[in-house]
Amino acid sequence: MHISFDHVSYIYQPNSPFEHRALEDLTFSIESGSFVAVIGHTGSGKSTLIQHLNGLLQPTEGVIHIGDYTLKAGEKNKHLRELREKVGVVFQYPEHQLFEETVAKDIAFGPQNFGVDQKEIDRRINEAVKATKLPEALLDRSPFDLSGGQMRRVAISGVLAMEPKVLVLDEPTAGLDPSGQKQIMDMFYDLHKEKELTTVLVTHSMEDALSYADYILIMNHGKLYREGTPLELFQQEDVLEAVQLDVPEVIAFLTKAKKEYGINLEYKGQSLAELAKELAHQLRGGSDHE
Amino acid sequence: MSSSMIIGQYIPADSVIHRLDPRSKIAIIFFYVVIVFFANSAMSYGVLALFAVGSAFLSQVPFRYILKGLKPVWFLILFTFLLHLFVTREGDVAFSIFGWDVYKEGLVQGGAISLRFFLLILVTSLLTLTTTPIEITDAIEELLGPLKKVKFPVHELALMMSISLRFIPTLMQETEKISKAQASRGVDFRTGAFKDRVKAVVPLLVPLFVSAFKRAEELAMAMEARGYQGGEGRTKLRELQITKIDVYLYIVFVLLVMALFMTRN
Repeated sequence: MHISFDHVSYIYQPNSPFEHRALEDLTFSIESGSFVAVIGHTGSGKSTLIQHLNGLLQPTEGVIHIGDYTLKAGEKNKHLRELREKVGVVFQYPEHQLFEETVAKDIAFGPQNFGVDQKEIDRRINEAVKATKLPEALLDRSPFDLSGGQMRRVAISGVLAMEPKVLVLDEPTAGLDPSGQKQIMDMFYDLHKEKELTTVLVTHSMEDALSYADYILIMNHGKLYREGTPLELFQQEDVLEAVQLDVPEVIAFLTKAKKEYGINLEYKGQSLAELAKELAHQLRGGSDHE
Repeated sequence: MSSSMIIGQYIPADSVIHRLDPRSKIAIIFFYVVIVFFANSAMSYGVLALFAVGSAFLSQVPFRYILKGLKPVWFLILFTFLLHLFVTREGDVAFSIFGWDVYKEGLVQGGAISLRFFLLILVTSLLTLTTTPIEITDAIEELLGPLKKVKFPVHELALMMSISLRFIPTLMQETEKISKAQASRGVDFRTGAFKDRVKAVVPLLVPLFVSAFKRAEELAMAMEARGYQGGEGRTKLRELQITKIDVYLYIVFVLLVMALFMTRN
């Protein structure tokens, strides 16, 4: 689904001493089927932004279009339920939302609320569990008996079982071990490709933004600071530094290789080790047409 | 950064009233509540009102917050007023509505009682508006200090109070977070039949309890790890201190009491 923000502002607790402008005059659009990363410093408005995507928050000013749905300041949308079925949100630490007696029941909770029939729910549970690599033996266990990583997978399965068209991920891998982080991110990426989802990822990891996103929005103090493709943005070190963001290691490596040795390496999603090998190869005097 | 940021109804500012020692505030309010009942003439009420309104003015709290604090009791004030108005049968008839005589005495009594109510609530809400919950608990611990002699667990009580106050915003944030997560999974907390709405509370309460218990355990562990072993010999980071402003407050209050007794009938 195509998503567009048109001059959207959001103010927490207007007309009180605690008034806080969380979003200011945001205008951007997200193409259907794209993988967009939203990055920015803590308190830059990322989380507020994504809560607008399924109507949890209503813009104080401006208009949002999500597919055929419209969220307009001061106007109540009567189709929020439908919108929420189509836009699945995985919040930070989603395992905190678990409550059912068994894993299966918890995964079924979302689809049940949206009126999916039991047969279809069973199919979806199986599919979601397969995607998140949860052992099927756990389905009848209590979610509170599981390890942290498994609980996270259960919660994610619960959102996947809604079969959303738009997947919104708010730091879905925070607090997981590195291999778990990669597994989960790869899983989201595969789903994104396979089901042609529109994915919005909020992340603090520049590495994830670089490797998965095709477009990046940088937020700063509630405003859209920059937008562009990962390669475009990450090569402007000073622009990132101004908002306390780091350049991903690989990009820093490329920039440095150019500066120190005058060698232009092309980034095609290589890992740091692969890039180092390429650089060494070129430094030894080797080139591609040798 | 959400509505849950408001702790109690404290409004931060740097006014004279904010800077007063919380013990002074609590003690003065206690005595004020007592002396309000001694007023019996228009002048004496005037003196009391002057003190309350003056403090409200000095506190720099916007007027609408004070009014907001009064909201839940407007009805009570109005009710007492009307009750006195219609039930008192003394003095001359002032006027009559629908054949029911309203006496002058009733008007006066009703007005006086409502005014008393108003003043009491104004002064006490001023306390919570200008004092952080932590200051209030500290002050209560100090003021109840003498009870330690009779083995009353003053410190534990104060600790419990401050821990629960500390976790109100946290739990509210947690509630908001979980309710948003569940709303995203299609729970509707706002509409639907009563039965459905009660059911919708379960996915909210279960995770909330789970995290509250987990938090309590972690807190206990963290406290022990840092050597907490009750109030014995424990010092304070911020000692409460009686300053010049407090002394001024006492002087003003003594003057108020004198003025009150001079203006009584």
